[in-house]
Amino acid sequence: MSDHAIDVDHHVRTYLLVFSSLMMLTLLTVGAWYFLDMPVGPTIALALFIATIKGSLVACFFMHLISERKFILWLLALSGFFFFMLLLLPVWTSIINHVGL
Amino acid sequence: MELPYIVEARPDTGLNNGKLGIWLFLASEVMLFGALFATYIMMRVGASEWPLGASILNVPMATVNTLVLITSSVTMVMAWASLMRRKYGTYQMYMFFTVGLGVVFLVIKYFEYSAKLHHGLYPSTNTFLAIYFTLTGLHMLHVIGGMVVIAYFGLFGRKTYDKNPQWLTNRVENTGLFWHFVDLVWIFLFPILYLL
Repeated sequence: MSDHAIDVDHHVRTYLLVFSSLMMLTLLTVGAWYFLDMPVGPTIALALFIATIKGSLVACFFMHLISERKFILWLLALSGFFFFMLLLLPVWTSIINHVGL
Repeated sequence: MELPYIVEARPDTGLNNGKLGIWLFLASEVMLFGALFATYIMMRVGASEWPLGASILNVPMATVNTLVLITSSVTMVMAWASLMRRKYGTYQMYMFFTVGLGVVFLVIKYFEYSAKLHHGLYPSTNTFLAIYFTLTGLHMLHVIGGMVVIAYFGLFGRKTYDKNPQWLTNRVENTGLFWHFVDLVWIFLFPILYLL
């Protein structure tokens, strides 16, 4: 078997592992929501924590970000930065209005 | 005319043009969905009352849809792996599986939407339903767009494959990047809208 074929086989094994992890994490999200009677705050935190793990698995392995060139990572970091700015801008505006600056 | 850097990487970026293009597009998509997520958060934080998603929406249907979309991401990546192995028939099979799973997602969504509309729950009913229909509707358009491209490459990829198999492999990888992004968005939409 060539190195190329072995490399693809390795990728496929990783994909199947990630697939089963995503399935289990989805069931864990729903299970935690259904069985754990938690207040809203911790429920949101737990659901978003699991979603972040799932999203990272998809981005790192299915989208190959784990082995992608730094250029792409910088590009995404830049859009991530602007996303958080977008998110924080109304909060800052509201704080400034509240404090009366 | 031969298109430049569609198979080999550009020396300055280290990427082929198609991959750079799709990542730039995905960066703009991050901003699009990011703006809508930010809108959701601001409206929810600012609202005096906010309904629990599960009291209005169908959680079992959405759970099945989540599992369907995750499975479709795997079939998509397996299509790419099949092309890497130069197995065109297997590649086509996985592409059609992916489209099929997309259809299942849309059918479930159709039942979900029609149940809401049947019960008189419209985007204009309240802020929660407005953001629910906007976010899931936009996501659904992305699913449809992805399905069209996947079906096209599944049906008509042979010519490109015969010309240069790596060219089709790169195109399918780029299509997959979009499809996985659509999956990734749903991974966050599901708990935010349905469970919280």
